[in-house]
Amino acid sequence: MRIGVPKEVKAGETRVAITPDSAKKLIKLGYEVSVQAGAGREAALPDADYVVAGAQIVSREEAWGQPIVVCIDIPTEAELDLMAPGATLICRMRMESHAELADMLAFRGLTALAMDAAPRISRAQPLDVRSSMANLSGYKAVIEAANELGRLFGGQMTAAGKVAPAKVYIIGVGVSGLAAIGTASGMGAEVFATDVRPEAADQVESLGGTFIEIPVRQESSDGYAKAMGDDEQSRVQQVYAEQARRMDVVITTAQIPGRPSPLLLTEEAIRHMKPGSVIVDLGASEQGSNTALTVPDEVVRTENDVTIIGYRNLPDKLPTQASQLFGQNVVNLFKLLTPGKDGQCVLDEDDEIIRAMTVSLDGSVMWPPPPVSVSAKATPAPAAVKAEDAAPAASKSPFKGLWWKVLLGILAAALILAAPESMQPHFIVFALAVVVGFYVITNVTHTLHTPLMSVTNAISGIIIVGAVLQVGSADPVVCALSFIAIVIASINIFGGFLVTNRMLAMFARSSDE
Amino acid sequence: MMGETMVYEVGYLTGIYEGIFRFQSLAYLLAAVLFILALAGLSRQKTARRGNLMGIIGMALALVATIIVAVFQTEVAAVTTVGLLVAAIAVGAAIGVWRALKVKMTGMPELVAMLHSFVGAAAVLVGYNSFLTEPGAAGAENAFHMGEVGLAVFIGAVTLTGSVVAYLKLSAKISGKPLTLPGRNAINVVMVVACLALIGCLVASRGVGEGIVPLAILTAISLILGAHLVLAIGGGDMPVVVSMLNSYSGWAAAMAGFTLGNDLLIITGALVGSSGAYLSYIMCQGMNRSFISVILGGFGGDAPKAASGSGDAAEMGEYTEVTPEEAAEMLKGSKRVIITPGYGMAVAQAQFPVADLTRRLQDAGVDVQFAVHPVAGRMPGHMNVLLAEAKVPYDSVLDMDDVNDDFGDVDTVLVIGANDTVNPSAETEPDSPIAGMPVLRVWDAGRVIVFKRSMGNAGYAGVQNPLFFNENTDMLLGDAKASVDAIVSAL
Repeated sequence: MRIGVPKEVKAGETRVAITPDSAKKLIKLGYEVSVQAGAGREAALPDADYVVAGAQIVSREEAWGQPIVVCIDIPTEAELDLMAPGATLICRMRMESHAELADMLAFRGLTALAMDAAPRISRAQPLDVRSSMANLSGYKAVIEAANELGRLFGGQMTAAGKVAPAKVYIIGVGVSGLAAIGTASGMGAEVFATDVRPEAADQVESLGGTFIEIPVRQESSDGYAKAMGDDEQSRVQQVYAEQARRMDVVITTAQIPGRPSPLLLTEEAIRHMKPGSVIVDLGASEQGSNTALTVPDEVVRTENDVTIIGYRNLPDKLPTQASQLFGQNVVNLFKLLTPGKDGQCVLDEDDEIIRAMTVSLDGSVMWPPPPVSVSAKATPAPAAVKAEDAAPAASKSPFKGLWWKVLLGILAAALILAAPESMQPHFIVFALAVVVGFYVITNVTHTLHTPLMSVTNAISGIIIVGAVLQVGSADPVVCALSFIAIVIASINIFGGFLVTNRMLAMFARSSDE
Repeated sequence: MMGETMVYEVGYLTGIYEGIFRFQSLAYLLAAVLFILALAGLSRQKTARRGNLMGIIGMALALVATIIVAVFQTEVAAVTTVGLLVAAIAVGAAIGVWRALKVKMTGMPELVAMLHSFVGAAAVLVGYNSFLTEPGAAGAENAFHMGEVGLAVFIGAVTLTGSVVAYLKLSAKISGKPLTLPGRNAINVVMVVACLALIGCLVASRGVGEGIVPLAILTAISLILGAHLVLAIGGGDMPVVVSMLNSYSGWAAAMAGFTLGNDLLIITGALVGSSGAYLSYIMCQGMNRSFISVILGGFGGDAPKAASGSGDAAEMGEYTEVTPEEAAEMLKGSKRVIITPGYGMAVAQAQFPVADLTRRLQDAGVDVQFAVHPVAGRMPGHMNVLLAEAKVPYDSVLDMDDVNDDFGDVDTVLVIGANDTVNPSAETEPDSPIAGMPVLRVWDAGRVIVFKRSMGNAGYAGVQNPLFFNENTDMLLGDAKASVDAIVSAL
């Protein structure tokens, strides 16, 4: 089947749904790819690269006329008119706030898959555009903040004196929040972060941030944050306000699918922030933003000189990588849709990922899909299990071990007592050698286990001593057996030492080079 | 005192003879000390080569002294004895040198297993000889002697066939799958009890004619027991088997020493036996399995469980693939890289390109280290030898315990041909066949790239590995050597 990739027309949209690289991968899956001329120009992906990748360059009408069309966002009416009935449309649809889309797409006889409706389960991660775009937003949010902030991010010790690092506060540790933490701490800032899920603390700390607890806890069944009650909300707002006062940069990332973003920083909170500090509001939207003073898509400056950045299209400012990630998400979706790798797109509605993404199927409305439950696994559980496991084992084994030792001890003592006197020295020698053996070996470095084994092989060849003393026997059988024993023991001695030497010669320290 | 008991005609000795035996005692004493120093030396890289040299000197001393004594006390013409000795040692030396020079480092476990079998065989032969020269008779001393002969033959024969089977398994001449006969543990117990009973018969026997029958049956049963023991152990437990047989070969030598009343043999056998036992202990710890459970049958023992484990692949979800070019990009962008090799690396002969890759990355300022699981490979320390062969400095090869808590600081981990040793279900799933086994926590790293031939086959334990389906794991499918080569050329 042929996949059409039109040029995005929305103002400010710089991305393209398929890059030459992802086109190549789609072709590998058996598809043909038609890209509208100039589709990748804004993302620095020239048409020539698509041709090299094996795609065709076509007109706008042709791109939209393919049986499968992949684009970034829901197309305009005019563009939808260009699509053939029965064709498949794959793009972001924001269904939570545009539920009417499903009827419209179904009415047009289209099959539609919403890229942004992938469930939050690990199997769906490779094709989740929300994750991949949020990651870029988090990065770019820090960069935009650094740009507006009138000071250094990293601390410095200069001849002229010390410069303290900037303090960055990130509210909401989702994908974008984590990316922001990583970026900001990479730039040397002192990073603090807050999330309603206490288990996010580990992630924050692993990226070099400090987790600040808030008095509200939430567990998520669908992988997204939920709205809070009024009382909870005012309590957490107070925490945010207190923290924001001592910060240079605050990045808010709270978004709730299908609902206005929650208010995190009130007007009052912003009024008490330091002059010159910067807020980046990744939750900016017309219906509601994370701060009271955010203007979507704009940068505003409050009376007390706090800058609030309300850009909603931050991934657009990183068009090449954003396209690359989006394209890879699309490729991963097609891997799921093309079990035969034969270019035939199969919508298996029993697959919970595909079902969750299907908005309309051959003209019938499929939205909303049945809920997919995400088992947000609590990580401490295995540790607890392990500890329980260890306890009974520990209480059992000493007894068991003791039993063996006692039995062996009694046996050995009986044997020694019964043995004739001439043998006693041998027992002493044997016991001492066993002890010495253990002590000598216990410190062996792990890199030398194999040479140690081959050298013990060689010295086990000492059994040759027994055979050598017997070879002079007048009994031809004894003589013959001894002869054979000498031969094989010699193999051990010579082979063992030589191969050990060979191995040891290979071991080298890095400083020897 | 050493060596005096093998002297039958002490009373006739003139001054010269006495001098020779004193020289022998001194030589044996020196040899015993040198062997201890050899093992001690082998425990550290700095002193390892000196240790090997000491072993050689000790062996030479002991051999020369013994040959002189043998020539003096020979019952036939001295020329014949010398001729036989020279011929036998020359043949053995030629074969030994040939094998040692020819063996590939990937084939080390096979060679070591083969050498173990030789010690076992020699112990059996020496046991037979000492039975033939000094058969059953009345008296406590003789009773003990016969008991020692029986034990030497028993342990020697078990070591012999056990090592032969291990050799066959390691060289893939027979399947590595465990042989699980019904009631196999009962069979083993019966065989051991039968062997003990036969040793009893041997002790009670008088003369060669009477003793040879129980001895022959004892040998036959011991041979079967050795083969059966190792056949029942799965390929994944091979490191334990190899070190266990190493230990057995030592005990066999020690028992032979008891039968001959030779302290040097006793000391050496005990040294080797206890060192092998300690290595087995380390290996068992590396797998969190008791020694007994390893002997009683390997991972494959839970065959139905293992089968259902590998069937889980569909539920594990989707894995992501990377190309060598993308992997090269990730590596270039990393500050710290750890490579965890497994036996798959040896199979693909990928250690040389891996070493090349390491050097290139190091030249580019990336911190590259290796993390080796204790049971990686087919014998203790196998991976280290392979990496050393490829000129990877040994101080950049880390032990599991040294590195396991640091994976959080690592940007990229390359898992090359390892599977069970990096399986998180050992820590998370109490029902898993490998539950509780210490594993390398590679999943804590920022990014994991797994080199694997295909997604089809599970590891030796037959357990599916959820690591492959992690979000931060990418699979690089294909021949490990070709993949690493491709990354090197992409760099």
